[in-house]
Amino acid sequence: MAILEILQLPDPLLKEESAPVERFDDELLGFIDDLEETRLNGPAAVGIAAPQVGRLQRIVIVDCSTTRKPVPNHGRLVLVNPEITEWDGFELGREGCLSVPDYTGNVIRAERIKLSAQDPYGEVHDYEMSGYEARAVQHEVDHLDGVLFVDRLVSRRTDLFQRKVYQKGGKHKRR
Amino acid sequence: MDWQMLTLVGEDQPGIVAQVTQALYQGGCTLGETSMIRLGGNFTIMLMVSDGGKPLAELIEPVAGSLQLQYHLDPIHGVLHQHLVPNFQVRVVGADRAGIVAKVTGTLADSGFNILELESDVVGSAKDPVYIMTIQGYANATLEALEEALQASKDADIEVNVSPIETLIG
Repeated sequence: MAILEILQLPDPLLKEESAPVERFDDELLGFIDDLEETRLNGPAAVGIAAPQVGRLQRIVIVDCSTTRKPVPNHGRLVLVNPEITEWDGFELGREGCLSVPDYTGNVIRAERIKLSAQDPYGEVHDYEMSGYEARAVQHEVDHLDGVLFVDRLVSRRTDLFQRKVYQKGGKHKRR
Repeated sequence: MDWQMLTLVGEDQPGIVAQVTQALYQGGCTLGETSMIRLGGNFTIMLMVSDGGKPLAELIEPVAGSLQLQYHLDPIHGVLHQHLVPNFQVRVVGADRAGIVAKVTGTLADSGFNILELESDVVGSAKDPVYIMTIQGYANATLEALEEALQASKDADIEVNVSPIETLIG
């Protein structure tokens, strides 16, 4: 087990597209252990992607089971070659990133997704997830395509946001 | 680094930011954090500007003059890389009435709530205006305690709600 160095913006590797994992072997399992140890070593990160430590392969870890306010989640997930197959709805939320220190901002993500991914042994699993966990997976899968949350920032003043306020609040009286 | 806070206000027109920042750049200044927004159709901006050697006022005077902007300079104790992450958001939506901001923010201050960002707007029609305010900030108080405290600010015409912000780090 080892704590790996986390690449930070503007490292050009963060903008690269990652390649699929083809070999499911002990080396891969060892790397996943290191990746998880690295995630847990930093500030409360719910996810990490392999390219964040300079390994351009489609591997992410997401764990939304320890948020301050509990959210629906599948526990700790190691997703190898993840593919989001369906997106539904949209929601604004605040994000930060281990690779972008000292900055958080608002990003629009799908509210619900369907996902297919292999586990560290190559078995394929399908998932349906929503809300915070769906957001975390979208953030991490973006890393595999060389996209950072700062590439998707939106203003707090977006019209979308204010409409969401009305919908979510439910209690607001329309005037 | 020594920073000054430069504030510019005036009638809005395209190209103000470009002309102002070009003048600062050519004067050897660098920029820190900035915030620009239109308020009531006016252009407003605040910029953290580092000293480029020449007095800032001399750099700004000509460009502010040609764009008919008023400007103001203050030496500040400025530090970068000190962002605080908000953990609560408060939204106020309701009839536009004097005193809403004072009432809500007074309650928040009493709860130890530090406002990090605040934006408000008057929307709707001139005949039937609606006030919308969003506040993001940090407080050690619990959600329940903030909700309880803000109850007093609500009435039939004004909705006040508070929600936690769970910032996703990934």
